[in-house]
Amino acid sequence: MEKFWVIFATSIFILLPFTCNSFSLETPTDRRVLVLLDDFAIKSSHSSYFNSLRSRGFDLDFKLADDPKVALQRYGQYLYDALILFCPSVERFGGSIDVAAIINFVDSGHDLIIAADVNASDLIREVATECGVDFDEDPSAMVIDHTGYAVSETEGDHTLIVSADFIKSDVILGSKKITAPVLFQGIGHSLNPVNSLVLKVLSASPSAYSANPKSKLSTPPLLTGSAIALVSVIQARNNARILISGSLSMFSNRFFRSGVQKSGSSTKHEKSGNEQFLTEISKWVFHERGHLKAVNVKHHKVGETDEPALYRINDELVYSVEIYEWSGESWEPYVADDVQVQFYMMSPYVLKTLSNDHKGLYSASFKVPDVYGVFQFKVEYQKLGYTSLSLAKQIPVRPYRHNEYERFMPTAYPYYGAAFSTMAGFFIFSFVHLYNK
Amino acid sequence: MAPPEASSAAFPNRYASNALRHAFGDVLSYFILLLIGVLAFSIRIFSVIKYESVIHEFDPYFNYRVTKFLTKQGIYEFWNWFDDRTWYPLGRVIGGTVYPGLTLTAGTIWWLLNSLNIPLSVETVCVFTAPIFSALASWATYLLTKEVKGAGAGLTSAFLLAMVPSYISRSVAGSYDNEAVAIFALIFTFGLYIKTLNTGSLFYATLNALAYFYMVCSWGGYTFIINLIPMHVLLCVVTGRYSSRLYIAYAPLVVLGTLLAASVPVVGFNAVMTSEHFASFLVFIIIHVVAFVYYIKGILSPKMFKVAVTLVVSVGLAVCCAMIAVLIALVASSPTKGWSGRSLSLLDPTYASKYIPIIASVSEHQPPTWPSYFMDINVLAFLVPAGIIACFLPLSDASSFAVLYIATSAYFSGVMVRLMLVLAPAACITSGIALSEAFDVFTRSIKFQLPGVLSNAEVDVGETSSAVVEAQNVAGKTDKPEETSKDRPSRKKKKERVHEEKPSTKAKAEKKRLLALPLAASVISLLLLVFLGAFYVRHCVWAAAEVYSAPSVVLSYRSHGRLHIFDDFREAYAWLRHNTDVNDKVASWWDYGYQTTAMANRTVIVDNNTWNNTHIATVGTAMSSPERAAWEIFHSLDVKYVFVIFGGLIGYPSDDINKFLWMVRIGGGLFPHIKEADYLRDGSYRIDSKATPTMLNCLMYKLSYYRFVETDGKAFDKVRQTEIGKKYFKLTHFEEVFTTHHWMVRIYKLKPPKNRIRGKTKKSKPVQFSLFCSKNNSDVHLQVDFNLLMLWQKTSSRNSSRSGAQKKNPWH
Repeated sequence: MEKFWVIFATSIFILLPFTCNSFSLETPTDRRVLVLLDDFAIKSSHSSYFNSLRSRGFDLDFKLADDPKVALQRYGQYLYDALILFCPSVERFGGSIDVAAIINFVDSGHDLIIAADVNASDLIREVATECGVDFDEDPSAMVIDHTGYAVSETEGDHTLIVSADFIKSDVILGSKKITAPVLFQGIGHSLNPVNSLVLKVLSASPSAYSANPKSKLSTPPLLTGSAIALVSVIQARNNARILISGSLSMFSNRFFRSGVQKSGSSTKHEKSGNEQFLTEISKWVFHERGHLKAVNVKHHKVGETDEPALYRINDELVYSVEIYEWSGESWEPYVADDVQVQFYMMSPYVLKTLSNDHKGLYSASFKVPDVYGVFQFKVEYQKLGYTSLSLAKQIPVRPYRHNEYERFMPTAYPYYGAAFSTMAGFFIFSFVHLYNK
Repeated sequence: MAPPEASSAAFPNRYASNALRHAFGDVLSYFILLLIGVLAFSIRIFSVIKYESVIHEFDPYFNYRVTKFLTKQGIYEFWNWFDDRTWYPLGRVIGGTVYPGLTLTAGTIWWLLNSLNIPLSVETVCVFTAPIFSALASWATYLLTKEVKGAGAGLTSAFLLAMVPSYISRSVAGSYDNEAVAIFALIFTFGLYIKTLNTGSLFYATLNALAYFYMVCSWGGYTFIINLIPMHVLLCVVTGRYSSRLYIAYAPLVVLGTLLAASVPVVGFNAVMTSEHFASFLVFIIIHVVAFVYYIKGILSPKMFKVAVTLVVSVGLAVCCAMIAVLIALVASSPTKGWSGRSLSLLDPTYASKYIPIIASVSEHQPPTWPSYFMDINVLAFLVPAGIIACFLPLSDASSFAVLYIATSAYFSGVMVRLMLVLAPAACITSGIALSEAFDVFTRSIKFQLPGVLSNAEVDVGETSSAVVEAQNVAGKTDKPEETSKDRPSRKKKKERVHEEKPSTKAKAEKKRLLALPLAASVISLLLLVFLGAFYVRHCVWAAAEVYSAPSVVLSYRSHGRLHIFDDFREAYAWLRHNTDVNDKVASWWDYGYQTTAMANRTVIVDNNTWNNTHIATVGTAMSSPERAAWEIFHSLDVKYVFVIFGGLIGYPSDDINKFLWMVRIGGGLFPHIKEADYLRDGSYRIDSKATPTMLNCLMYKLSYYRFVETDGKAFDKVRQTEIGKKYFKLTHFEEVFTTHHWMVRIYKLKPPKNRIRGKTKKSKPVQFSLFCSKNNSDVHLQVDFNLLMLWQKTSSRNSSRSGAQKKNPWH
C-alpha cells in the first residue's frame, strides 16, 4: 500500500510540470517556447530580450533553424506553446518543420514571433504572407527615412530609422507610456486594409520609403510613407497571436542599450524605447495581457433561478455571464461598459448593454419580443487587443399555449351579450310557440 | 350457393319465399361487404410483403413523427407543440398548422390497442392505418351508392372502390398520409348527406355534420365538400326540387359544420373568412329565402302570392345588388381576391405556373396526362358515361348528386394529378351504378327469355351467374320500385311498403318482358362484362403490387434476374443521426425536410410544409449561387451540413439536378439576381460541356458532381445521358464528409471561416491535377430504368403567400 502511494506521488510530481505548464484555457500564458536561430551568436547578441522572457517564467529552447532534429510536435502532441523565428535567412528548416507545419501550429492556437531582416528568405516571407503580411518584394530593399533617421557618429545611408508612431492601445503596449522612440533597421511590409485580423503596431514616418539603399532609385518605390508597417501583430480567429517585425536587430542588446536622437530633434534619449516596446508587446503575444474568458452563461426568468428549456413570448428574463481577464498569474474580473448581448434570430431583436458589478459578473434583464422562433443569446465582443469573445446559446421561444390567452376580454362583451340574448330569445320563442294555442 | 337452394326449397309459399330471399340477400350482402373489406385491406399490404413495414415517402414521415409525439406527450402537448427542429430559426407551431385528424385517429387506435394489452408499436399502427381506412371507405361507398341506386349498385361500387388504383396509390400500408383517412371521411359525409336527403331525419343530419367535422380535421380537401353540397342544393332549388328534406339535409350541416370546423385550430376563422366557404353561406341564405317563399305560398292565395312576389322581388333585387357590390369590393381589396393560391389554381389551371413556382414545382400539382387516367381508374373511365346515363333513368335528388359529384371531380382531376383521388370514388360510384344496371338488365332478359317456368328461371339464373351477381340482382330488384317513386316517406315505411308491393312486381315483370333483350346478346354481354371486371381486377392487383407499393425511401430494381436494393436514403440519415451533433442544422432542398427531422432527428431549414416562401427561396438561392455566396447564406442560417440527392451514378431520375430549375425559379422569384436565363443555354437545360458558366459554378452542380469523374474516369451522367461539363474542380468552402453507397445522397460540411486571412502576394503555384484511376465497381455499371419509380409523389400541405416586395438577399 505504501509503495503504491509512493508511485502515485512520484508520478504526480513527474507529470505535474507537463500538466501545469502546457498551454490551456485555464492558464493561457505560454510556457514552453522554441527559438529557432540562424546561428547561436544571436543567442548572446540578443540575450537581453531572451533574459526578459526567461525572467517572466518562459522556458526557452534554442535550436538552429536547420537542425535536423528540430520538431514542433511528437506523437501528435505539440512540444511547445510558442515559436520564435529569429532566422531570417533560413532557406529550409531542418527536421519536420516547413511552412505548413508552422501554419498548423498557429491554427491550433499557438503563438509566433517572426523577425525578418534584409535579404529575408522566401520561406520567412511565405510564412508572413500566410499570416497576412506582405514584405517588400524587392529582396534587398530596406526602409529609408531621410528625415526621421537616428543620429549616429557616422552619417550612414539613413536605414537606421527612428519611429514613435505606436498603435494606441494599452492592452497591446501596456499602460505605461513608451517615451523614447524605437530604433529600427530592416525591411518594411504592407498590410491589406480589408484584413481585419492584422494590426499595424509600429509604422514608419510619412517621409519613409522602402528601396535598395545601395542602388539608385530608378522607379518610384512601391511602399512609401506611413503605409509602411515596421512591426505588426495578428490575432487569428482562434486567438493565436503573431508578431511580425521587419528587423531582427531591433531585438538586439545593442539597440536595447543605445541612446537615440532623432535627426532634427534636440532631445536625446539615454536609452531607446526598444526594450520597453518589445517586452510589452511580447507580453501581449504570449497572452499575459488582453486574454478574456467568459464563463457561467446563465439565463432565467425574472424571479426564478432555474434555466428553462424554452421561453414564452413576452417573458421577462435575466441573462448573465462572467467575464475575466488573464493577468499573467490569475484571472481578474474584467471591467468594461461596452459588452452587449443580442437576442438574435436572423437579426438582433434585442440589443442591450450588460451592466457589471466590477467583480466580473455582467447581466441584463429584458423582455422576450412578441415573436416566436429559435433565438440565440449572442455576445460578440471584439475589442482592439483583446481576444474575441463570441458566445451563442440557442433558446426556443414558443407562442402562448391555448389556455394562456386572456379569457374574458372587455371588448368581447357585446358578443357574449349577443350570444346569450339570442339563446334566451330562442328559449322564450320556443316556449311561446309550443304552449300558446 | 345458398340463395338458389333456399329459394327452391321455399318455393311453395311465395310470400314466405320473398321474406326468406330478403333475409338471405341481407346476410349475403353483409358477407360480401366483409369480403370487400378484407380485399381492400389485403390488396394494400403488398408493400409490407414485398419490402418491409416502413413508413413511405415524405409527408408520412412527418405524420409519423407527430403521432409519436402525441402518443408520448398527450393531446394538450400536441395541441401546443412548438417545433424548434424545423424551419430553423423560425420554428413551426405544429399544433396549430396541422390537420390533426389522421394523427388523432392513429393515436386513438394505438391507445385503444395498448389499453387492451396489445403492445403494437406506434409505427405498426401508422403503417396499417391506411389499409384499415380503405376498408371503411369501401363500406362508406356502399352506403352512399345504396342510397343512390340500391344495394346492388352499392356492392358493385364498394367492390370497385376497394381496389381502384388511384386510391391504392395513397393508401398502401405505410402510406400514412391525410388522404388515407380523408377519402373515407369524404365518402362518408356524402353518404350521410344523401341519407339525410332521402330520409329527412335530423339524426342523420347531425351525424352528417360530425362526419364533416372529421373530414375538416383530416384534410384540406374538405372545401370540396363545403362547395359541392351547396352546389347540389342550389341545383335542386333551381330545378324545383326544393323539399323540407333538402332543408334538413343542408341547414344543420352549414350551421353545425361551420361551428365545428372553426374549432379545428388549423382552420379557425378561415371557416367564415375565406372565399372557399362563401358559397355555402350564400346558398344558406338562398335556401332560407326559398323556404320562406314556399311557406308564404302555402298560406297566401295564388293571387295575393303574385302581388307579394313582385313586391319582394323588386325590393329584394335592389338589396341584393347592394350586398353583392359590397361583397365584391371587400373581396377585391385583398390581393389574392380572398382565395388561397391553391384554390385559385383550381379555378384557373394556369394560375400556379404563372405566379407561384412553389406550387407549380410539385409534381402532383401538374395536370395529369391521358395515360394516367387509364392507369389510375382504368376501365372505370369507360363505365362512367354509362353510369351518368343510368343516373338520369330516373333522376332523383340522390342520383343528381352523383352526377354533380362526377362532373366536378372530373374537372378538378384535370387540373391537378393529386385530385385524381377525389375523382376515383365518384368514378367508382357511377361505374358501380352502370355495372349494376347492366347486370340487372341482362340477367332480367335472360330470366324472361329462357323457356320454361318462371320459377325454374330463377334457379337457372342462380347457376349461370355468380353469387355476387345474384345478390346484386336480388338486392337491386327489391329496392328498384320505390327508388322510382319520387316522394319518399321515411325509411321504415318504405320497408313495409316493399312487402306490400311485392305481389304486384309480377305484373310489372310481364310489362318489362317487352323490353327484354335477346337471350344470346344478353349472355354474350354478360360474359363481356365479367371479362371487363376481370381485366379491371387484374390491372388493380398489378398496380398495387408493382407500381404503388414502393416506399420511395427504399428503391429496388430487378435486372438480369438479380434484385438490387438502393437503401441510400436511410444510410445517409443514419449517418447524420450517428455522426453529427444533436443540435446541428442540416440544409437540403425542402423535399427531404420531413425525412431528415423524422429519420435523422436533425434540425432542418425548410421542409415539405412549404409555408414560408422566403425561406425556401433563400435555400434555392444558396443552391444556385457560387460557392462563396452560398457559404455565406448557409453560414448566416447556422447550417453545419448540406446534402444533395444525386442520381447520375445509378440513373435515379428524381434527383436534385433535375429539380434544380425549380430552385432557380423559386429563388429568383424573391432574389432577382438569380436569373433563370443564366442557367440555360439557348433555352435548354444542360450540364454538359455546353452548359453556361453560371450553371457550372453553382453550388448544386459542384456538390452533385464533386469527384464524380473518379467513378468511371469519364464522368458520364446516366440520368442526363451525357458527360458532365466540368470534371475537375475543388471545393473551397465545403468539404465532403459522407457519400452513400450508390452516391445517391452526398453530405457536405461547411468549412469554418478561415483562421487567418492570407496576404495578397500572388504565388505562381504549379497547378496539380491528380490522375484518377477508374475503378471498376459492379454497381457503377447498373443501367437502371426508374421510369416506374418516377410515379412518386411529393406533397406539400400548405402554400405560402407570395411576398410582393422584391428584395435583395437580406443576408448581404
